[in-house]
Amino acid sequence: MKKLMTGNEAFAYGAYLSGVRVAAAYPGTPSSEILDNFSRYPGVFAEWSPNEKVSLDVAIGAAYAGTRAMCSMKHVGLNVAADSLFYAVYTGLKSGLVIVCADDPDMHSSQNEQDNRNYAKFAKCPMLEPSDSEEAKRFVGLALEMSEAFDTPVLVRSVTRLSHSSTPVEVTAEGPPPPPPAEPPLYERNAPKFVMVPSNARRRHPVVEERIKALAAHAESMPINYIEPGDDKIGIVSAGVNYHYAKEVFPHATFLKLGMVYPLPEKLIREFAARAETVLVVEELDPFLEEQLRLMGIPARGKDVFPMLGEFSPSLIRRCAVKAGLVAAPETPPEIKTGLERPIRPPMLCPGCGHRALFHVLGEAGVLVTGDIGCYTLGWAPPISAMHTTGCMGASIGVAHGIDKAGVKDDVVAVLGDSTFLHSGVHPLIDVLYNKGVTTTIISDNNATAMTGFQEHPGTGKTVQNQTTAAVDPEKLARGIGFNKVDVCDPFDIDRMAEILQDHLQSGEPSVIISRHPCALNTKEKYTPPVIDPELCINCGLCLDIGCSPLVQEEDYVRIDTLLCNGCGLCVKVCPNEAIIKQ
Amino acid sequence: MTKIDFLMAGVGGQGTILASNILAEVGLQLGYDVKKAEVHGMAQRGGQVDSHVRWGEHVHSPLVEENSVDYLIGFEMLEAARFPHFMKQGSVAVVNDYRINPPLVNLGKARYPSKEEIESLLLARAGKVLWVDGTGIAKELGNPAMVGVVLLGFLSTLVGGDQEAWLAVIERMVPPKFVDLNKEAFAAGRKAAG
Repeated sequence: MKKLMTGNEAFAYGAYLSGVRVAAAYPGTPSSEILDNFSRYPGVFAEWSPNEKVSLDVAIGAAYAGTRAMCSMKHVGLNVAADSLFYAVYTGLKSGLVIVCADDPDMHSSQNEQDNRNYAKFAKCPMLEPSDSEEAKRFVGLALEMSEAFDTPVLVRSVTRLSHSSTPVEVTAEGPPPPPPAEPPLYERNAPKFVMVPSNARRRHPVVEERIKALAAHAESMPINYIEPGDDKIGIVSAGVNYHYAKEVFPHATFLKLGMVYPLPEKLIREFAARAETVLVVEELDPFLEEQLRLMGIPARGKDVFPMLGEFSPSLIRRCAVKAGLVAAPETPPEIKTGLERPIRPPMLCPGCGHRALFHVLGEAGVLVTGDIGCYTLGWAPPISAMHTTGCMGASIGVAHGIDKAGVKDDVVAVLGDSTFLHSGVHPLIDVLYNKGVTTTIISDNNATAMTGFQEHPGTGKTVQNQTTAAVDPEKLARGIGFNKVDVCDPFDIDRMAEILQDHLQSGEPSVIISRHPCALNTKEKYTPPVIDPELCINCGLCLDIGCSPLVQEEDYVRIDTLLCNGCGLCVKVCPNEAIIKQ
Repeated sequence: MTKIDFLMAGVGGQGTILASNILAEVGLQLGYDVKKAEVHGMAQRGGQVDSHVRWGEHVHSPLVEENSVDYLIGFEMLEAARFPHFMKQGSVAVVNDYRINPPLVNLGKARYPSKEEIESLLLARAGKVLWVDGTGIAKELGNPAMVGVVLLGFLSTLVGGDQEAWLAVIERMVPPKFVDLNKEAFAAGRKAAG
């Protein structure tokens, strides 16, 4: 029978069916639900690791020990884990290791749109690319078999439109089978293979080179790389979800559908190119396949027709193909009268969010804020406008320290969330102390990895499998590192938070403020909305500056939308005329 | 088997994702090949959410194409107004008669278009625009979160398919304690369609 599954559900299902028993990840859109789903299968171990590098090391360890393992992450997570990917390619493993990595073309929830297929070539690691959920399920199994047959980790690439699309998957009516009883694996010690000192690594590098050649030869006969014969006027080369988009636009063309995007089956590609009058590569982001075809001497078209940027869709492919004269223009539909203003609706901090209260204090103080990755990044946007840099996970503290060491006179504070702090904020915090910095680091602690869906992390006291565990306390951690000036404050106590901030900034010593308020969306706590007295409201707009969606500008006063309001009372505190009354 | 493309447009928190999950599942029950796409993540924080649901004999792309949507379901007026170019000539727009101001409108720095302007924009492609007081009906039932199922009830009268098939999917996909309320919401949506 068929069941609709998202790509992420299917990755987890495929991993379970293929015998993966250890999986580790750090949440990141669009990959988070892979581990969430996997963790619910019986007899498996799953963990949210503090960051992607740790998660990959954990998965590598399990595969060294003889247990099939999976690691999943978003594209930029592989930047964090890259060091581990590269050594694992050298060492190989004992059991299968699959790394599912989800790119985010168009940056729906990311800071860049890097094309992680480049990592396959860079690390010399094979990469499969499924095009729908059924393939997501199957390719995880194929990746594990390939991993064991060729003694290498195998990358499986997803994109947002695979991870977050639902398509039918073949499932058994009785549900997934129970896990077979497993003997504890015996660790086989083999230091020359697993200790990458130069002398051993030099012996492993030729293995890596030979392996990738063997994989390229194997690619020729893999059933997931195949030609779909059609009209040979245009031969389309495609992989992943773009294959399906291209099928909508070129339903009758000959296709080369690649299930493995690295290494490529050269003979098969030459056979395909020989029959097609024009070879057209349909691929999002980088010309990764196109360049390899051109190196084979095949005059493939691709980026002269389609953009390097953003996400593809059938609409975009058709527009580009019509422009290039590759398909006939569809009948022109009637012109749509434009010009009607349709104001954008950007994501905003939720009503009741503690980050908003913190940013209100920071904005009032006029400090320079280096930011980080999480919900609180929304503090950069108007009307809050209280964050001035954001680059990647954990960058806030080092950037603040660098700005400070450059001699800038502004007061600088770093702001990052609790999960981000434990991901990659601890080392830069050590750096500030060690190198005699004076940076004030503010951990905006809402007790969740909120942006990606409230996942647990090492500070919450719960594991992904809902077991109670030790909770890392950022206050004790900072003190343990050697910070003497550490304060904890609820940001809704805005006067006290402002005092603490000034005290820290003027102290001339490195310091940490933990701004602690649980995520309102996660706890679902709501209070009675305040009431605005239109007689007292002087329409000054100061409450609107906190950027809270229930506050609505009317003709000559401000109104509260009680359906949306969380009742947190921040607007009550910022009103200069006591026109907003707490209930 | 004819293809039917749906586009659901709403605001994060309105329940568009659950409604699109139900709609996709109904398609599968009615014997269609089905694909569905949406973006979640940052959009949850009050941003725009659009879900693409496609029914057909054999569906390739999970994303609908411009000029090809058969039913646009707007959970919010302005969100519906963003997608006329996706609609097929003569298609149907079902729009919840409900307004959630974007931040710039709340701040008094942008104007929310009028209902008439939105209707005329959609009619550039749509054969008809059907307004539903979905949120009002859901509030009367005691829970504004029911708006999605009210709209599905309305939509079911246009799309067809055995009513029982829709109800069976709803029963399976909503939390057990809300099954009766959701069935009421579905019936109320059908009634609103007349």
